[in-house]
Amino acid sequence: MNHSPLQTTALFHIGPVAITEPVIVTWVIMAFLVLVSIAVTRHLSLLPSKGQTVLEAFVGVIDDQIRATMQVEPGPYRALIGTIFIFILVANWSSILPGVEAPTAHLETDAAFGVIVFCATIYYGIQTRGLSGYLATFAEPSWVMIPLNVVEQFTRIFSLIVRLFGNVMSGVFIAAIVLSLAGLFVPIPFMALDLLTGAIQAYIFTVLAMVFVGTAVGEGRQESSNNPHSN
Amino acid sequence: MDHTIQMVSIFAAAMAVSFGAIAPALGEGRAVASAMDAIARQPDSAGTVSRTLFVGLAMIETMAIYALVIALLLLFANPFVK
Repeated sequence: MNHSPLQTTALFHIGPVAITEPVIVTWVIMAFLVLVSIAVTRHLSLLPSKGQTVLEAFVGVIDDQIRATMQVEPGPYRALIGTIFIFILVANWSSILPGVEAPTAHLETDAAFGVIVFCATIYYGIQTRGLSGYLATFAEPSWVMIPLNVVEQFTRIFSLIVRLFGNVMSGVFIAAIVLSLAGLFVPIPFMALDLLTGAIQAYIFTVLAMVFVGTAVGEGRQESSNNPHSN
Repeated sequence: MDHTIQMVSIFAAAMAVSFGAIAPALGEGRAVASAMDAIARQPDSAGTVSRTLFVGLAMIETMAIYALVIALLLLFANPFVK
């Protein structure tokens, strides 16, 4: 209980770089996901096997979500959005392994995701509308809104970061408190609730990332709304 | 030794969580009540309603989580405590 959830301790140092536990867990998850992806996509065929059917259904669900939320064709965004969702889901659920603390329960991991979403917003916005077109969106609906729109860019990312961090961290924290009160079996319902929270928060983070990118590329949305495939 | 800041911080942390939990609790209650109502009227749409409800509840709960984060900042990362 004396361990602050806001601080991380370095396990060891490589040169001047301190390596903390979330970093190691993050890299293990990354390696795990890459290996699983390679293994699953290795023998793709036109007559799908069981594993490939599951994979295709999963990708289809992600595509449907992108279509429903952003109203665009999912192609350019599938990699980013899908990776964010799968990684946060696995990271949130990694806390059920004994001795592993979810990396998303530390502010640094969530901040990294926030920065990724922030940069993706700008990148896709400029890619779709061009630099001047993207900057012009700050003056919508009128130039009076420019300061508010600029501030909003940062506050919404900040609330995105704190939302994921707070939810996952509070789950870990409550589990630790209950564990110090009654050790045996009692924390299990809280950990089960944690799994639910982790899945929902991964979904919410992804949906909000989609909404942010979707507002940035809003011009393409209006064009593609005439396209029957986007409905 | 002057512990005034520590005492005030702990008190403020408790206040932040307790008062910060009130409004989200009311909001969640209203959301669940409306969802119950909707499911009772249209049992067919129970799946959609409960999925939307879960996401909405998580969004509302985030407001309480913000208060919790503030409380933890006060307890563990208080800038005024050396």
